[in-house]
Amino acid sequence: MVTSSLQSRPAKVKKRMAQDRQPEEPPKTVVKDGKMENEIIQVKHLNFYYGPSQALFDVSMSIPEKRVTALIGPSGCGKSTFIRVLNRMNDIIDNTRVEGKIIINGKDIYQPGTDVVTLRKNVGMVFQKSNPFPKSVYDNVAYGPRLHGLKDRRKLDEVVHRSLERSALWSEVKDRLSDSAMDLSGGQQQRLCVARALAVNPNILLMDEPASALDPRSTTKIEDLIGELRAEYTIVIVTHNMQQAARVSDYTGFFYEGRLIEFNETRKIFTNPDHKQTEDYITGRFG
Amino acid sequence: MTKKQLSDLVVKYLFQIAASMTVLIVALIFLFLFKESIPFVRDLGLGALFDVRWEPVSYVKERFGIYPLFLGSLSVTFLATIIAIPFGVIGAVYISEIATPLEREIFKPFVELLAGIPSVVLGFFGMVVLAPIVKAVFHLSSGLNALTGALLLALMAIPTIISISEDALKSVPMSYKQASLALGANKLETIWRVTVPAALSGIIAAIMLGMGRVIGETMTVLMVTGNAPIPTLNPFESVRTMTATIAAEMGEVAFGSVHYSSLFWVGIILLIATFILNMIAQRVLKNYKRRPHG
Repeated sequence: MVTSSLQSRPAKVKKRMAQDRQPEEPPKTVVKDGKMENEIIQVKHLNFYYGPSQALFDVSMSIPEKRVTALIGPSGCGKSTFIRVLNRMNDIIDNTRVEGKIIINGKDIYQPGTDVVTLRKNVGMVFQKSNPFPKSVYDNVAYGPRLHGLKDRRKLDEVVHRSLERSALWSEVKDRLSDSAMDLSGGQQQRLCVARALAVNPNILLMDEPASALDPRSTTKIEDLIGELRAEYTIVIVTHNMQQAARVSDYTGFFYEGRLIEFNETRKIFTNPDHKQTEDYITGRFG
Repeated sequence: MTKKQLSDLVVKYLFQIAASMTVLIVALIFLFLFKESIPFVRDLGLGALFDVRWEPVSYVKERFGIYPLFLGSLSVTFLATIIAIPFGVIGAVYISEIATPLEREIFKPFVELLAGIPSVVLGFFGMVVLAPIVKAVFHLSSGLNALTGALLLALMAIPTIISISEDALKSVPMSYKQASLALGANKLETIWRVTVPAALSGIIAAIMLGMGRVIGETMTVLMVTGNAPIPTLNPFESVRTMTATIAAEMGEVAFGSVHYSSLFWVGIILLIATFILNMIAQRVLKNYKRRPHG
């Protein structure tokens, strides 16, 4: 019976199962200051394809809980593709394919039957370009909670208030909740997007170059915000700004040509990297 | 003046004339309509138009109340729009948001084909096929009524509504949809809560333009609505629209008579109605385009 069910599985899954049988390398444990971290995301032998072209090659890493993990690397190195794998946002692109395992909170998120809605509720995302809906500030933040069934006005008010507080926007917009989100400044819009993501109560927050389209002052605000959120959330941030990675993150992963070259404590990566390529990139010799 | 400057000037004026043509023609039509409608006011007064009966040929008393014709146009247009909206809007949502590229390739030519069917062919189809069905389904004495007309006119409005709504839906930025999906919405929730609201003014304009098409349509309604100027909003009664009245009577009327002049009044009212509809549609569409999308 087991055999027959195996035969009926698609080739993709079979391949993954075949990989499972390979002797697994001992999981890389993340250790900081001699203490073991709690690993909330475990990525094992991840390959990712856009149609025939492979974008990620055998990426394995463990992302620690309630820490900020920065992903750096030159354009096209696969770092954005990588974080979009973590909440399955790549699903909406046709002809993409995933191999390997991604375990979040103990569950393989690419297993057939995975509830993508629950996954995305748990793994929030902030995009490169701020993308508030053409609705009021309030309705933007309330969008997620409403979607997941919250109707009570008082509770909604509370969620909106709390989320805007947390994203350090409340004091600026508390009198403008019914204004269109489009009337906010670029930096405010991006923090509104953070608030919107926080409103559904995720554990993990993915940020895809969240400050790349912002002026320096707004960038500082976003970085301060990341600093405040790290106590409660696991944050994975993609950035092409190395100073930013150095400033905000606890851990840094360096991607190059679809491979994870090095992953370690940010301090170590920026002072004493193990790999020559990492050093070359950080010192600005390429990228 | 050099030769080059001269040719530049000539070309400029030629283009200007071509562009002014439409303005000139619209102005002339207005002028002509008003000129021909004056004798009616002179002989009977404007009040005669507000009669409740349209009996332009009578041994007793000729009556020129536009009211039943207006009601006829109103009920057919309204019904047709109500029928066309769900098909048009949902069809546009499907084609723009849900259909696979292959399906889109199949659907779109058919929508265009539907838009291109001559109204007389549609009217013929209505008389021969649709009217008997309507008659049988609703147990009526005749299938030539407002409902049959509205069903056919809906067919004419649907392609307009689909193609303009689809444009509006397509121009909703991908980033909105991504944001919605990333918050755990599924495709349908995203369409319903984000994409359609963001495209709403474009969709409304599409509906208005579809209505404009319906209200001005003549041949189909002439063929299938029964052409009795009964002042009613009952969809199962025969009605006569303003357009059908002009088309049916203009050929037989005595040139220069009061009846002749009264038909121009019908034309003026029709023109004003479509003008208002178009203006609203343009206004809505303009608001839509002005709204920031980034």
